[in-house]
Amino acid sequence: MGTSFGRGGATTAQQDLANSDAILIMGSSMAENHPVGFQWVIEARKRGATIIHVDPRFTRTSAMADIWVPMRSGSDVAFLGGLIHYVLEQGKEFREYVVHYTNAATILRDDVKLPDDLAGIFSGWDEENKKYSPETWLYKDEDPKPDAIKPGHATAGGGHGKDRGGEAGDATKHETDPTLQHPNCVFNVLKRHFARYTPEFVEDVCGVPKEQFLKVAEVFSNASGPEKTAAICYAVGWTQHSNGVQIIRAAAILQLLLGNIGRPGGGILALRGHASIQGSTDIPTLYDILPGYLPMPFWESDAHTLDEYVKRHRSNSGWWSNFEKYIVSLLKAWYGSAATKDNEFGFRWLPRVTGDHSESGYWLDMQDGKMEGLFVMGQNPAVGAANGRLQRTALSKLKWLVVRDFVETETASFWHDSQEIENGELKTEDIATEIFFFPAASHVEKEGSFTNTQRLIQYHEKAIEPPEDCRSETWFLYHLGRRLKEKAKAEPIARNAGLNALTWDYPTEGPIREPVVDAIVSEINGYKTASGELVREYTELEADGSTACGCWIYSGVHPKPGHNLANQRKPKDYLGHGWGFCWPSDRRILYNRASARPDGKPWSERKKLVWWDESKRQWTGQDVPDFGKETPPDYRPDRKAEGIKRIAGDQPFIMHPDGVGWLWVSSGLKDGPLPTHYEPLEAVVENRLYPQRASNPPAEKKQRPDNPYGYSLDKRFPYILTTYRLTEHHTAGGMSRSLPHLSELQPELFCEISPEMANEIGIRHGEYATIMSPRGIIEARAMITSRMRPLKVQGRWVHEVGLPYHWGRRGLAKGDTVNDLLAISEEPNVRIMETKALVCDIRPGRRPRGKAALDELNAKMRQTA
Amino acid sequence: MIKELLANWPLLKQIKTGTDGTGPEAMSEQTRSLKPKFADAQVARSVCPYCGVGCGQLAFHKDGKLISIEGDPESPISRGHLCPKGANSFELVTHPGRELKVKYRRPRSRQWESLDLETAMDMVAERLWKSREQTFVESKDGRPVMQTKAIGHLGGATLDNEENYLIKKLFTAGLGMVCISNQARI
Amino acid sequence: MSATTAFLTDSTLCIGCKACEVACKEWNNLGDDGLAWTGFSYDNTAELGHSTWRHVKFVEHPPEIGHGGNSPEVSSWTFSSDVCKHCEEAGCLEACPTGSIVRTEFGGVYVQPDICNGCSYCVVACPFGVVQRNKEDGRAFKCTFCYDRQKAGLTPACAHACPTESIKFGEIEQLRAEAERRLAKLKESGMNDAVLYDPKETSVRGTHAFFLTRGDPRQYNLPLKPEVPTIYTKQGWKSAAIGAGVLAAATMLAFIAGDNR
Repeated sequence: MGTSFGRGGATTAQQDLANSDAILIMGSSMAENHPVGFQWVIEARKRGATIIHVDPRFTRTSAMADIWVPMRSGSDVAFLGGLIHYVLEQGKEFREYVVHYTNAATILRDDVKLPDDLAGIFSGWDEENKKYSPETWLYKDEDPKPDAIKPGHATAGGGHGKDRGGEAGDATKHETDPTLQHPNCVFNVLKRHFARYTPEFVEDVCGVPKEQFLKVAEVFSNASGPEKTAAICYAVGWTQHSNGVQIIRAAAILQLLLGNIGRPGGGILALRGHASIQGSTDIPTLYDILPGYLPMPFWESDAHTLDEYVKRHRSNSGWWSNFEKYIVSLLKAWYGSAATKDNEFGFRWLPRVTGDHSESGYWLDMQDGKMEGLFVMGQNPAVGAANGRLQRTALSKLKWLVVRDFVETETASFWHDSQEIENGELKTEDIATEIFFFPAASHVEKEGSFTNTQRLIQYHEKAIEPPEDCRSETWFLYHLGRRLKEKAKAEPIARNAGLNALTWDYPTEGPIREPVVDAIVSEINGYKTASGELVREYTELEADGSTACGCWIYSGVHPKPGHNLANQRKPKDYLGHGWGFCWPSDRRILYNRASARPDGKPWSERKKLVWWDESKRQWTGQDVPDFGKETPPDYRPDRKAEGIKRIAGDQPFIMHPDGVGWLWVSSGLKDGPLPTHYEPLEAVVENRLYPQRASNPPAEKKQRPDNPYGYSLDKRFPYILTTYRLTEHHTAGGMSRSLPHLSELQPELFCEISPEMANEIGIRHGEYATIMSPRGIIEARAMITSRMRPLKVQGRWVHEVGLPYHWGRRGLAKGDTVNDLLAISEEPNVRIMETKALVCDIRPGRRPRGKAALDELNAKMRQTA
Repeated sequence: MIKELLANWPLLKQIKTGTDGTGPEAMSEQTRSLKPKFADAQVARSVCPYCGVGCGQLAFHKDGKLISIEGDPESPISRGHLCPKGANSFELVTHPGRELKVKYRRPRSRQWESLDLETAMDMVAERLWKSREQTFVESKDGRPVMQTKAIGHLGGATLDNEENYLIKKLFTAGLGMVCISNQARI
Repeated sequence: MSATTAFLTDSTLCIGCKACEVACKEWNNLGDDGLAWTGFSYDNTAELGHSTWRHVKFVEHPPEIGHGGNSPEVSSWTFSSDVCKHCEEAGCLEACPTGSIVRTEFGGVYVQPDICNGCSYCVVACPFGVVQRNKEDGRAFKCTFCYDRQKAGLTPACAHACPTESIKFGEIEQLRAEAERRLAKLKESGMNDAVLYDPKETSVRGTHAFFLTRGDPRQYNLPLKPEVPTIYTKQGWKSAAIGAGVLAAATMLAFIAGDNR
């Protein structure tokens, strides 16, 4: 979404779904995993909206939908590409919106080549290094940035930086053809690229009968236009694929073509699975970005001096022209008075990224004995992460491990009761890891904020003191940091300069000396360094060191002392203004300038949200305008205009240098400017479009003996394996499996298979089945249900095994760990693993115990394909 | 005693009150004085810690003890509702399986030991400092690197923004740790 | 006198999340009732009992491609949250010999735990199998209709939690009217199998917890003709009276016959 629209967050609010005329839920079982958010889908249904659920399984979400269409796991781009094809073919695009608010009219370079021209790859592919150079993807006449190794294209790069949009060139320089006639304008390139995604193709690849697919296409596109809007909801059913970002891109293209972004009842709602998944990306506990989606400096590419770094990442127009203000303010927040213009505000003290330091990247290093210590806070990778066996054995290679949680998770207990202890792979007395378990404080025993799925920052107050040794992470980090700063102070050498400079003088309160969280919120909000006065908004931030700000997009959350807006509790309207604080600047629906026509009037009375008030000469409406408040619709920048002044009055996507939504992404993505159908890394069928390119070319398999894969179309593992969650449990179970009220609701691991498949294999309902993948072997109770069904794909019946993944060896509700079956792999942009479509085999009966289980798996792997 | 028993005998009550003995006349003192368990408690405004929907919660507490947690009807997102996980938040905080003490396992040991919290903090600081000392890289080809790749961090998605902020600030900006991740998967 | 209140459980809005079960247990400090996997769809609490006062029943029918569960033509996977019906004529209340079971000012049927002596007469007298004796503690338990919350003007815990407002709580006649409106709307949309379950024609004379479901209510543990057991007693009295009459006549006859001898 970052590349398509400019910001990596849900474009809308959950409540606004009630205004939709159709809602497509795909890659999510929203009723199960976001039940309370789902009330707004029910609300829309009551008001007459059509609810469509596209999912391999008939889930509790399908049970509430008007239309359910099954689809083979891993064929999402084919399905969405089919919808895009349908819209273009039938001329159902919202033409005026498309011409003005997207880059449909922009003309591309003559030398750009599509996968249809090059047997499955775009131009710029480097086969040896398995990566793209995006130069040919740029707009015609767009100058590539000099000697830039493009962000997101560096080998070491993660991709969270993609959320800043493309940066490889100066997108302000481009030619357009508003008549959309030019053969190389984006609109026509799009048409060519998706020409083969016909209903017949969708039926063949996804297993959806053509009529049913067309029903979805018709309902969804008919619910769009000036008078109507349709929304899309997705979750990890889209992201956790080797082409996850491109699936979301396909949805973005569809919504841009139908004119559904920035309008009430429209948008794309990313459903985050954790209380602060959005927050932990905004203020990232990630390796490749700094708070507010500023990139971490990459050693290889760009960042030896602050000047170089800023030059690379600042854009000439659009919001990112302010880049320098945000990084300097961040450095001032962190390094305080020690950060001066002369020492580049301490930029040199920041560590440089030198490789793939993502979880999967460093876990492999851990397995190879290259790491010494690890902190795990509120996560349980021994159960929750792909390739559980590798996850756990890697922990045994550490010198020390710190786990902070409510219960002794499988991550904390791997040394005495893991599968590997059972099967003899690990011996307790051989494991030299020193382990510290710290009990954590719960949400009512500390104060702080979560950022929910719609970018809404909400504060939770403290009700009681945490019991005994239980402490908040705030406490833990503050007091750990205090100790470390003392050590650094005693040793003022170069490597400790950053730590010595680090501002860490938070006041503490109460019997346990809890840091005052309000002080941290104030720092995140930002302040003037001379007076300490809080800034009211990020527009007050400066690049000269006169302001400090811990996360610029959150600026405004605490604009004056005693006013923590995240703790506001008086909602004034349906969008919830007055309740919490929504970044950026309390805008609840992003890009809402697009809810008005180019001339500033609403597209329709029924769908009005933000419009131009000519008498007051400003934008007004039900939301905070996501636009220059006093920039009139007819404003046109002159040639010399810079920064945000370069964006015209009818260009709603202000984060992008050209002010429009991107159907075509000229830079910022590592796997192509347009979504393309590829099969999963482990597939049961060949790629119908590009037989030479089975899977997403730059996706990384991280294949090695302890992370093996099946062969192409591996006969040993003929079934699709897909994993998911249930309403009754929480992720890896640390917050549910030890609780009686939740454990009784889903006490045991089960697998869901169709009656047809059960017949084929001879499995009976309620009995145990053993499931194997190249990585692991587990057992599960068999739930035989017609909610699962075989699909006819490319001429043959394809069966799927569904597995909810919550269980482990501890707690009240115990079961084998499904993630033992998964492989560590990396989608190229955000380095997420593929969990939704892999391969497996299944047989009746329980798995053997102890070493015999490994023997069975090894025997299976020795079978010839 | 017998008089009391007789007074509460349903039949007698019925005769006395002229009712059928299944209404208020048959209510015990306990029933009559029934009130919600949070009747005289204080309330903290909270947010559900489970998924990303962000439902409002009311945490009732009295004398430093949690009484109950339920949905906050004023939340424009949740309107007072909670899913089974959110509805189970009281048990999450109070269940008997929750660990309340620091636990320590020595290298190669077969058991957990208890450890004082402050001592454990000192020990973790020592380990961290030592690992950093031994693995820190200041520069490469004469250009700054200022990192250690030997110490990792995993977590964040169930933590508060302010906690994540301190993680990134201390671990990355202070110590040079680059292996920082929260796993979107779990 | 307070207004009579009721539950309307609209299973066409139920997402089967079981928040009602958990919210009830949390509020009323109830324990789990075992960690057994049943294999009955996603239902592992199986039935109402002394520690489960709300129970979501899962009913599976084969789905058809193109039809979600809200399709009027195809009813596929449905969920309905069962609860004590708080009958107008409550078998349990009639059967209770200790005066433990009372009708509250809100019209609900409430078992007073401090009075119940565990005789279990109510257990067999309930036509819905709702009341159950806790073997460990000896007493009978069931939904209290959150009498403690209602007294303070609060919504019962289950209805308060329900994410999709499939469990509605309110004044009984208003809810009945709402149920009728909802039913009409469902029928209008072509959902001809929608039914309102509120057995007024039987001896329970209607309930304070009624249900909107699809298809035969018996799938959801809702019997077609629930009867209060005392009606059988009444019938018993009648036949006993006839029997006694016949016997008396026969005796008379015998005497008369004897006299004739």
